[in-house]
Amino acid sequence: MLTETHGVAHVLLGNLTWAALPFVRAWRDPNVSEIIGTGAGAVVILGAIAMFALVTWLGKWRYLWTEWFTSLDHKKIGIMYVVLAGVMLARALVEAVLIRTQQAVAINAPGYVEPGHFAQLFTTHGSIMVFFMAMPFLTGLINYVVPLQIGARDMAFPYMNSVGFWLTAAGAALMMVSLAVGEFSTGGWSGYPPYTELAFSGGVGPDYWIWAISLSSLGSMTVGINVACTIFKMRAPGMNFMRLPLFCWTSLCTSILMIFAMPPLTAVTLLLAGDRYLGMHFFTDDGGGNMMNYVNMFWLFGHPEVYILILPAFGVYSEVISAFSSKELYGYTSLVLATMAIAVLSFTVWLHHFFTMGQGADVNAVFGIATMTIGIPTGVKIYDWIFTMFRGEVRFTPSMLFSIAFLVTFTLGGFTGIILATPPLDYAVHDSLFLVAHFHNMLIPGTLYGMVAGYMFWFPKAFGFRLNERWGRIAVACWVPGFFLAFFPLYLLGLAGMARRTQAVFDPAFRPWLYAALLGALLMISGLVTLFVQLYVSIRDRAANRVPVGDPWDARGLEWSVAAPPPEWNFATIPHVGDRDAFYWRKRNKGAYRAADHYRDIVLPKNSACGVVLGVASGLCCFGLIWHIWWMALLFGLLAVATIIVRPFMRDVTRVIPAVEVEAVDRAWLAQAHAARPVPREEEQSSLNQGLAEGFPELVAKRA
Amino acid sequence: MRPGLFRLPLLAGCLVLAGCGALDRGVFSPAGPIAEAIRDEFVLVSLILLFVIGPVLILVPLVAWHYRLSNTRSAYRPQWGFNWPLEGLIWIPPIAIVVVLAVFLWRDTHTLDPYRPLPGAAALEVQAVAMDWKWMFIYPEQGVATVNRLVIPAGRPVHLSLTSATVMQSFLLPRLAGQIYAMAGMRTQLNFAAYAPGRTLGENMQFNGMGFQKEKFAVDAMDAAGFAQWLAATRAEPNRLDAAAYEALSHRSVLPAPLAFGTVEPDLFQHVLDLSQPSGHALDLRHFGPLRNSMPMETATHAH
Repeated sequence: MLTETHGVAHVLLGNLTWAALPFVRAWRDPNVSEIIGTGAGAVVILGAIAMFALVTWLGKWRYLWTEWFTSLDHKKIGIMYVVLAGVMLARALVEAVLIRTQQAVAINAPGYVEPGHFAQLFTTHGSIMVFFMAMPFLTGLINYVVPLQIGARDMAFPYMNSVGFWLTAAGAALMMVSLAVGEFSTGGWSGYPPYTELAFSGGVGPDYWIWAISLSSLGSMTVGINVACTIFKMRAPGMNFMRLPLFCWTSLCTSILMIFAMPPLTAVTLLLAGDRYLGMHFFTDDGGGNMMNYVNMFWLFGHPEVYILILPAFGVYSEVISAFSSKELYGYTSLVLATMAIAVLSFTVWLHHFFTMGQGADVNAVFGIATMTIGIPTGVKIYDWIFTMFRGEVRFTPSMLFSIAFLVTFTLGGFTGIILATPPLDYAVHDSLFLVAHFHNMLIPGTLYGMVAGYMFWFPKAFGFRLNERWGRIAVACWVPGFFLAFFPLYLLGLAGMARRTQAVFDPAFRPWLYAALLGALLMISGLVTLFVQLYVSIRDRAANRVPVGDPWDARGLEWSVAAPPPEWNFATIPHVGDRDAFYWRKRNKGAYRAADHYRDIVLPKNSACGVVLGVASGLCCFGLIWHIWWMALLFGLLAVATIIVRPFMRDVTRVIPAVEVEAVDRAWLAQAHAARPVPREEEQSSLNQGLAEGFPELVAKRA
Repeated sequence: MRPGLFRLPLLAGCLVLAGCGALDRGVFSPAGPIAEAIRDEFVLVSLILLFVIGPVLILVPLVAWHYRLSNTRSAYRPQWGFNWPLEGLIWIPPIAIVVVLAVFLWRDTHTLDPYRPLPGAAALEVQAVAMDWKWMFIYPEQGVATVNRLVIPAGRPVHLSLTSATVMQSFLLPRLAGQIYAMAGMRTQLNFAAYAPGRTLGENMQFNGMGFQKEKFAVDAMDAAGFAQWLAATRAEPNRLDAAAYEALSHRSVLPAPLAFGTVEPDLFQHVLDLSQPSGHALDLRHFGPLRNSMPMETATHAH
């Protein structure tokens, strides 16, 4: 039997059959579309086997387990988040190219991807980019940087940090498994019912979507709680709120948004699961269901989500532009107020995602005006960044180039945002490629560029060597023109009435624009390849580019005041903060790179396998739910609950680093710092840079 | 430069020129008063927004380049981080622009409310039912119906009532009016008109399954005589849109050609709206296993 299971097999395997495997489908019905599906499944399986074999061959399993998987160190968890984001970015960007290729070739032609596969492509592309690329990327950066910036040794809840990561990883794993086993949803990243109800989408696709998103949203909620508590309670003495680096402010706002915006998403996906699994009628056409409730709740999450994605990047830009302009941030107070204003306003605009639902003009107008209001604090921020460069000394490093590209590109996205915020104009271009172009115009410069800029900015801190700047500039040269080429034609196509998510096109007038967009997509994926090349080249040449002293950019926050990479305990002694830009002032007042009067023992959390167990158990429980393998869902669901209950009863969860060890490590690093040659800004992108910045007075002397 | 290299920009130029024809398909080539008002609003908002983006687009490259590290003649004030007049300049003009935009937004959201009847002659009533993957149009006063072809009299307002027999869809006439959702169990409305006789396109913008990309239909605006002639011809059609024909149509399918019905069961739209009209799509699902993608694109649907 290929299509149904019976008896014992059904108990053991639920709905899982041979036909769930794309290889079997391609064997039975070989066509290009199925073969692409098979290829993708094969890449997942072969990739997994290759990784497994490589780690085994290198004998690194124990190392991975003890140093990474079970680690509760915020820095390692942060790096794992970014690695996860990188892998998922690669997959989702390949999908983007497949989408653009299909639309470019399917002009009055069938193309090479059939509608079912095309719909899975745009659904996985969107779901991954939002939940498994952008969210892990920004969470990773926040995880790594925030404790270092506020002078803390770890997050407030190191174990919850690990749980959040492994829940997200389990969701991402479900996304990958769906390539090789079964299929994914065709309902888009927003999964609107009733289309995603059983009555219209049987099969496992929407179930994969529901459980992957649920795991991710639970993980993100724990991140929100953790980051907010960390910033509220773990700040070093003297680090009051108005001395926080701006990245901490945006992280704080993002985490508060996560706390309030993630639960509606978890709730709404679980209600949809209730409809699909238990025959309930929350969002069905019949039985008193109403899909409008889903749409409202989804965007009650979905709009704050946009700012969850964008605010951390705003923080990165604030740090990057200030550091690479050798100048304090212009309008710190304005930036803080604007960030808070954006966070609050983001909860008041969700209805603009469905102006076309038929509510009255009063309602639409109120939400339209609320939406435009967000443009005010955002515009203020743009000017604050411009005036940060004003009267500065701007260095065009790759991070800075991404920031400048962001300022220009994001402003154009804001332009089309105001267009879409005007209800009558939204009526014309809603659900068209104009909308697609707009949100990519916000999220690519507003999130991705920011994340990449942050990755390049803090990479030397995390790994102790700089990333290759030449390849960084090549990446900028691919991403930025690639973006314009890929998305500006879509604005025009949207104005011409071309619907989003369309597998075929019937108007030859669209051809040149679709070709241009494809070219842009290819340029952007080249940008991703150059980022990987940059990483490879940088690792290869790392010996020449080490910055062990830890301050390669003459930057300003506390994170630069420690070694690169920082010791496990971050700070040998908890710093006392007397001003904004704490490390800058310490450097200026000759207070940097000083040994402590005396060192103390440091208490750190021990490794814990509970996070991994919880993640794996939740993932397998969800896999069981997806395929109706009830024993599996029950068994691993119980295991997950048991892990949650058992962990608080565990004793002996901390370990002590003796003061002598802390002192030895700190003094070794200080010796390195004192032996290092300070590097002037003109030469920071060369091998002369050892992470010790030439002090500020020298720079002033040059001017005088 | 070799002459061959000139061909590339030339080719690109030709492509751009050829592509600008695409704008003829949408709201920038309005065929009725609503679309024209939307276009004018678009131009107005864009002009106002030039005051927002203009300074940024000029200042960013200018400031970044002038204050580059290698320019030794530029000022350097590392401790300069606040200035009251400048704060005023970056907060007040954006607020003023948003206030101006808000005034226009309030006015135009109300005048272009899709539920607001158009002035002039009494509107033609049409009831639209969204189906997978086609649109049914019922003319209650005339007692006829069409599928995948909307025929309207030019110069006379049209009032559309919409609902869905299936999932949510978004109804768009790019050159005539803005979008409005069609949802099961609910009625939405759209008012529009066409200036002159001629054919434009209508489409569903909200993804609703494997035939979505083909869910397009012709909108034929006719002069009074032409409309009367079409009505007479349609009334002569022997097909009746009754429960059986509706059931057959409601299966998931892409129709090869538009259909016309000479008579329509009274209150059919109301029954669809009340969810009391037996529909066929639920039956289709029984034929599909756990893998929904094996669903056939075009099922044999014959309403005749």
